[in-house]
Amino acid sequence: MTAGTRRRKFVSSLFVAFCAASVLLALVPLAFVLFFVVSQGVQSLNLAFFTHMPAPTGEAGGGMANAIVGSLIIVGLGALFAIPVGILSGVYMSEYAGTRFASLVRFAADTLNGVPSIVIGVFVYGIAVLPFKQFSAFAGGLALGVMMIPIIARTTEELLLLVPGTMREGALALGATHARAVFTVVVPSAAQGIMTGIVLAIARIAGETAPLLFTSLNNRFFTTKLTQPISSLTVQVYTYASSPYQDQHRQAWAGALVLVAIVLTCSLLARFATRRLESLNPR
Amino acid sequence: MKITRTLLAVAGAASLVVGAAAQTLQINGAGATFPAPIYTKWVSEYNKLHGNVEINYQPLGSGAGIRQVTNQTVFFGASDGPMNNDQLQAAPGKILHFPTVLGAVVPVYNIPGANAELKFTGPVLADIFLGKVTKWNDPAIAKLNPDVKLPGIDITVVHRSDASGTTYIWADYFAKVSPEWKTKVGVNTSVNWPTGVGGKGSEGVTGVVTQTPGSISYVELVYALQNKINYGSVQNMAGEFTKGSVQSVTAAAAAAATQMPADFRVSITNAPGKGVYPISSFTWLLLYENPKDKGQSKAMVDFVKWALTDGQKYCGDLGYAPLPEGVVKLEMTALAKIKVS
Amino acid sequence: MKRPENLVFRLGTGLFGLVLVLVVVAIGVELSRQSWLSIQKFGLNFWRTETWDPVAGEFGALPFIWGTLYSSILSLLIAAPIALGIAIFISELCPNRLKPALVFLTELLAAIPSIVYGLWGIFVLVPAVRAFEVSFPQSLKWIPLFSGPPFGLGMLAAALILAVMVIPFTSSVAREVLKSVPVAQREGAYALGATRFEAISAALFYARTGIVGAVLLGFGRALGETMAVTMVIGNNPRISLSLFAPQHTMSAVLANEFTEAAEPLYLSALIEIGLVLFVITLVVNSLSRLLIWSMARPARKAAATTVVPAVESAA
Repeated sequence: MTAGTRRRKFVSSLFVAFCAASVLLALVPLAFVLFFVVSQGVQSLNLAFFTHMPAPTGEAGGGMANAIVGSLIIVGLGALFAIPVGILSGVYMSEYAGTRFASLVRFAADTLNGVPSIVIGVFVYGIAVLPFKQFSAFAGGLALGVMMIPIIARTTEELLLLVPGTMREGALALGATHARAVFTVVVPSAAQGIMTGIVLAIARIAGETAPLLFTSLNNRFFTTKLTQPISSLTVQVYTYASSPYQDQHRQAWAGALVLVAIVLTCSLLARFATRRLESLNPR
Repeated sequence: MKITRTLLAVAGAASLVVGAAAQTLQINGAGATFPAPIYTKWVSEYNKLHGNVEINYQPLGSGAGIRQVTNQTVFFGASDGPMNNDQLQAAPGKILHFPTVLGAVVPVYNIPGANAELKFTGPVLADIFLGKVTKWNDPAIAKLNPDVKLPGIDITVVHRSDASGTTYIWADYFAKVSPEWKTKVGVNTSVNWPTGVGGKGSEGVTGVVTQTPGSISYVELVYALQNKINYGSVQNMAGEFTKGSVQSVTAAAAAAATQMPADFRVSITNAPGKGVYPISSFTWLLLYENPKDKGQSKAMVDFVKWALTDGQKYCGDLGYAPLPEGVVKLEMTALAKIKVS
Repeated sequence: MKRPENLVFRLGTGLFGLVLVLVVVAIGVELSRQSWLSIQKFGLNFWRTETWDPVAGEFGALPFIWGTLYSSILSLLIAAPIALGIAIFISELCPNRLKPALVFLTELLAAIPSIVYGLWGIFVLVPAVRAFEVSFPQSLKWIPLFSGPPFGLGMLAAALILAVMVIPFTSSVAREVLKSVPVAQREGAYALGATRFEAISAALFYARTGIVGAVLLGFGRALGETMAVTMVIGNNPRISLSLFAPQHTMSAVLANEFTEAAEPLYLSALIEIGLVLFVITLVVNSLSRLLIWSMARPARKAAATTVVPAVESAA
């Protein structure tokens, strides 16, 4: 081995070491954050946390029952709004993939994906809060829904493109309309992947705070009315984190733990589903 | 299939809950963080007495209170700084001010190694916040506190980053004791701070102070008490160094109580008299004289009447001073102006 | 012969696509409409003025633009090498058994909500940064990069937290980009006797536009990040080179001051900042997608099944 080769090999090992180190470096904050969330949050998780409303400012005790329910409601609303728009846009983008309009839709989806969530909050404030002079769960759901649309649309598009053309052509050859072919043959075969995309979208927006700050606002009381402000886990954690009270900090960590648990469960579900999918349809 | 059935059952049960809950009257309000402890206590106690009235008060800051009530995105607002004439003009209807409690804004600080109570004068405080006095052992501060060992570290000014009535009261006081502040910075719920770092809400500011050695800021008395932070005394017009307390704040309101303007918009900072704490203030609820939703209006007026009478008993524990009797009488008369049907 | 049902299908689904496009347009329109007052008053000076004075009614976006750009660029300086290292490790270097676990872990990092990072930021990162700043040697304090009192809150904390949040996203896009490099590239390099470093470098060179695109995408993400940043940056609208100084960003000022801007001009100025943020992220994201798309185009053209002709011919 010449000296030159030895040097090249050395550089190569250094490089490999650097890459491995990057992985470890990235895992450090992950471990750090999870450790704190779990250790601090577990201490404060008790029945009261899940069943009580917040106590008056400064008083110890109370819980986040209304916030948890509120988050479920807002996320549900968002999904209700985003799923039809997302899936059908995805269908269009995949079925008419070559057309200029499909490219425009794709560009719009990618753009929307990159819009900061706070800007979406400002936008929804302008169109859904100000005209009705009302902060509402509905406006919060709309803001989250807008954020979910591009994720669902792109996932749907990419999965439908993966379905072999033969399936579609077979259906068409049997005399089905385009709609029939897509909705009864193509979509069902990609259904699991689309569900995964939806779950991923939910995982992504369940943790959003900024767009809710001026749409669904917050609520000390328990409510399920969609036209009233509603509490949410993320906004409540933010409020408590910024407060000077130790007890509220405690509850903020607990809320963060619940939030992380929900988001990670969704991501895990999506991951398992994708793996099953990939084993069924190897690329 | 089983899943669908369970989901439908859950939805059915949920709708029953919604149906039952539909009887509740929800009134939304936003505004000052200053009175948040007492307001949230009040709405909680009131809700125990009147189970169907839920007053959702969100402490977003005085500026938010004024803006949201002007936009009518909330039913009532709350502010530590009264609305000025321009702001009142901009509202779509006539807005009335109702003082609810009295409070004090105190200088809080975090000086490592010195757990003492510091004495300040208005001009010195103003100079600190103007960025002219930058170290804790500056002669101006040392002169007032000869017994305290002040470290030579930098003063970190912490102010509110959001629009706040507490800022308004603080700036209002400074404008009265420091001509430079008056011309250079002015009085508003949000000012162009010459120096310092921002914290969101009284909560955010207190959080920064407790964690930053050498910092100074201003918060409501109640927050300082509840978080056991050192706060200093300030020299009043009579020359005494007074600390914020229920008594010293009540003394500040004594003069104003006899000369209350009809719209209740009055500033009691730097009030003359003995035992007065110079950085005291009323805090107000902002209500429309003729709101659209009469049901909410009726409930709200009822709540305010309760707060001004029975509700005052919660003040002491939380560090607020109750309103003088004369002011309450005037307010009851003024409340009659609000249309409830 | 075209069946009418097919037209309905095309129009029906196309309608939803249109909704998507309209949402994006609506955001731009709504933001412009609401910032019109401010645009008229300040014009182009808005982008150049340093003052943010609600009392005097003077508003300038420069401190926020500075803070956003500075924090994002700093975070990328930290995150890009690490993200690329991870992407390369996972796609090229690690044993196959380890791959799913590592991919899972990077996704975990991405899944943690911004508010949780912010929470961790205030209670753990900021005190740590403050301890670091306090112990920073006085002799080096004259360097503008390190000047100022040790708040803990400030640009450094913000850059660190942004870096952590941007790494997983950038690395997964980079991984996708690397996947689209034809295997032949690397095999050719190895056949010529290259070391791992040299072969991977060849692949990286081939994918350079895509990699730049991936990094730009991460940059776009950092630009828009709100909650974690606002909780650790100090919220002070001052331009400063110092890492230790509390500063402000466009998204943070929106989060803090939006609900309370009582005067119409104040609100309009804030929304104009939102508009500026929208435009900047739009440009950065479009540019990055263009770069990635142009690099992956040959692969994409082959993959896109020619569906449309098949449908037309069947009709």
